[in-house]
Amino acid sequence: MGFLMDPYAIFLVRWLHVISGVMWIGLLWYFNFVQIPNMPKIPDEQKPAISKVIAPAALFWFRWAALSTIVWGLIQAWQLGYIGNALSLGLMSKSAAHMSIGFGMWMGLIMAFNVWFVIWPNQQKALGLVDCPADQKPKAARTAMLFSRTNTMLSIPMSYSMVAVHLA
Amino acid sequence: MKNPLESLQNTILLGIAITIVMALIVKYSF
Repeated sequence: MGFLMDPYAIFLVRWLHVISGVMWIGLLWYFNFVQIPNMPKIPDEQKPAISKVIAPAALFWFRWAALSTIVWGLIQAWQLGYIGNALSLGLMSKSAAHMSIGFGMWMGLIMAFNVWFVIWPNQQKALGLVDCPADQKPKAARTAMLFSRTNTMLSIPMSYSMVAVHLA
Repeated sequence: MKNPLESLQNTILLGIAITIVMALIVKYSF
């Protein structure tokens, strides 16, 4: 595993973390800034183009990018030797930088949990990708939407705390 | 009461508010 501590390997993991994060948050913002607000403006007979084609494809890249971001991010924190101090929010190391990156890591972890265990299962019901009684679909869609909004809210302090570490 | 996250604008404002609180906690904790 020594090769993982090579400076180029540390850089490569950071880059993979960043591009995965761009895809994840890019698609999260697509859902919240573009798709959800504009669905009511689309005539009913055209809605399946979004719900049956675009949304399932976007959700595929969305959830795997979320997992990829978390995996590379945790490897990076381990490579840089602060995974424990960051996850304990710098309270053990008394470091503001560990607290800053730790806030971001916890928000990212909560967001990835929401993607895999709340948004994706409820979207599968709402989009009809799994069997679900028709009367439960609106509730599933609402739950998915609210957790997607929660992640959009968290993406603001999450990204801030990750890129503001050098100020701490 | 309506969930504030139903509005995209409130979602962003809440995100900014959390960011400010978090930045202040980081700045003044140690």
